[in-house]
Amino acid sequence: MADVEFRKASRIYAGTTEPAVNQLSLSISDGEFLVLVGPSGSGKSTALRMLAGLEPVNAGSIHIGGRDVSAVSPKDRDIAMVFQNYALYPQMTVAENMGFALKQAKVPKAERRKQVEEAARVLDLTPYLDRKPKALSGGQRQRVAMGRAIVRQPQVYLMDEPLSNLDAKLRVQTRTEISDLQARLGVTTVYVTHDQVEAMTMGDRVAVLNFGELQQVASSRDLYERPATLFVAGFIGSPAMNLVKAPVEGRHAKLGSSSAELPDAVLADIDRLKLKDVSFGVRPEHLEIADDGFDAKVVVVEELGADAFLHVDFDNHGETGRLVVRVDGERPPHRGDSVKLKVAGPVHVFDTGTGARLGE
Amino acid sequence: MSGSDEIQVVGEGKWASRIMGVFAWLFSMVFFFPVFWMVLTSFKSEDVAQSETPAFTFDASLDRYREVMGDTPGTLTFASAFTNSALVVVISTIIVLILAIPAAYALAIRPVQKWRDVLFFFISTKFLPIAAAILPLYYITKTLGLLDTRLILIVLYTAMNLPLAVWMMRSFFSEVPRELIEASEIDGANLGGQLWSVVLPIVAPGIAATALLCFIFAWNEYFLAVTLTSVNAPTAPIWVTTQVDTRGQFFAKLSAAATLACIPVVLAGWAAQKKLVRGLAMGAIK
Repeated sequence: MADVEFRKASRIYAGTTEPAVNQLSLSISDGEFLVLVGPSGSGKSTALRMLAGLEPVNAGSIHIGGRDVSAVSPKDRDIAMVFQNYALYPQMTVAENMGFALKQAKVPKAERRKQVEEAARVLDLTPYLDRKPKALSGGQRQRVAMGRAIVRQPQVYLMDEPLSNLDAKLRVQTRTEISDLQARLGVTTVYVTHDQVEAMTMGDRVAVLNFGELQQVASSRDLYERPATLFVAGFIGSPAMNLVKAPVEGRHAKLGSSSAELPDAVLADIDRLKLKDVSFGVRPEHLEIADDGFDAKVVVVEELGADAFLHVDFDNHGETGRLVVRVDGERPPHRGDSVKLKVAGPVHVFDTGTGARLGE
Repeated sequence: MSGSDEIQVVGEGKWASRIMGVFAWLFSMVFFFPVFWMVLTSFKSEDVAQSETPAFTFDASLDRYREVMGDTPGTLTFASAFTNSALVVVISTIIVLILAIPAAYALAIRPVQKWRDVLFFFISTKFLPIAAAILPLYYITKTLGLLDTRLILIVLYTAMNLPLAVWMMRSFFSEVPRELIEASEIDGANLGGQLWSVVLPIVAPGIAATALLCFIFAWNEYFLAVTLTSVNAPTAPIWVTTQVDTRGQFFAKLSAAATLACIPVVLAGWAAQKKLVRGLAMGAIK
């Protein structure tokens, strides 16, 4: 086991000028489960592949257990990787797939068999050891791919969207299994996903990337409560945070016909940067229906059982703004209803130009 | 029709598919008939084979086969021609595979710089008609003292089949999922282990298809063999033509010889059939 560190690591693909990963600096402590999340093209997979040694590091360096591995070949990095499409060797049985790395390392056959059986037991794969991958279900294949990583007892696990080929139900189940397994084995794990729910539920910490730039690294709770940038605010949370352009008047941000008072720290930043308007963010659960609120019209009602989400239009200084509001699922308003809304909870204020959070 | 797995086609489609079926059969017969006639003729006597009205019923005998396979002193024998062919074809095919596999790896899995140009170079060597190259080839062979040897045929057949083999194998190697190679790299396989344990088993049908085509082309090659060999190294196709007799009848004998010359190719094709279909269809399905 080991810690992992990216030191200003960059990857620039041939024929492009924009780096796919731009000066990524990130420390992952020993035994930590870190999730890399971002939309497609954010550089998350490239970052993982750089750590695996499948992509060269064009600038900066990558360290595993204190050793600079930037120029070390994948096989000498002591890592194991789970691929999105599992990459199981089709001509080998489950046992051979899982034992392949040990065979390459010249581990004696009996010892190999023992370790494969042990891993198979952990993953409930014992009955399938002599089958070929073709004869397995998607979930079983996924577990074989996990098993292949576990058997090696590497210093770091790398997982590249390992759940995206599973159906929704199995994905949720496997998600908890992987978290549990990682906690038990205590091996440093870097996990790439585009699914922010996966990111929030699985990792000790989550690193959010966009356009090759690291936006924020924090625990799920911190990301949700204090997103550092406009991008993180819009990316983390489902449904997404409401972000509207709001003019600042005195100590207030104007939202439709009402206004919300801004904290002192935010006001100080607004003064310092001489901003006339800001990006004002509020989560759907922090808006409520109240008689002293501003007017809005219900456009769509999404009923989820316990909750319902209202999509409403409101007049935001001459433009039509759209908000999502979480309400009690038992008696939601109907489509076409007029409602009055009020901010009732923490607000997030960002500099529209730079995307930085104000009031930090 | 219950329980049948035939596809039920209705209306116009039904008639269209029937007409297509009839045409398919007709075309197959047009292609198959000459082969059938050759085999049939090989069991006839020379008189029957030569008769004005085609005979479908006759006293079949293996006499023509005995004749063509028998030894006549001073002429090319069946045994030596087939031995020459077998050695030349098998050895050249093996060499082609040994050279084409690493070449395909370098062009498909870990593309070298300018791999497109390299690929084009390979196929460009086939642009020159062999008849245009035969004179220099003859002189070089003569200078090297390799006229009428199996060695020169092995070298030339290897050269002849290599571009095709590299092209075919490259496309098969390209089908190997990238992640499998990467997974094997992370699993600690060196180049040899990766090639032997991961890549080759997956492209095995492609290798079989390539080997079969090389085998067929080399087995059937006539022009180089007839120009560069005389007594010691002639191959089966040349032996077939020696059955043409300037005096007397030879249709049945020639048919028997031609049938014999077809057998190894048919056997090789039959043995590789299962792999071949998978190999040639490899690009079509994922």
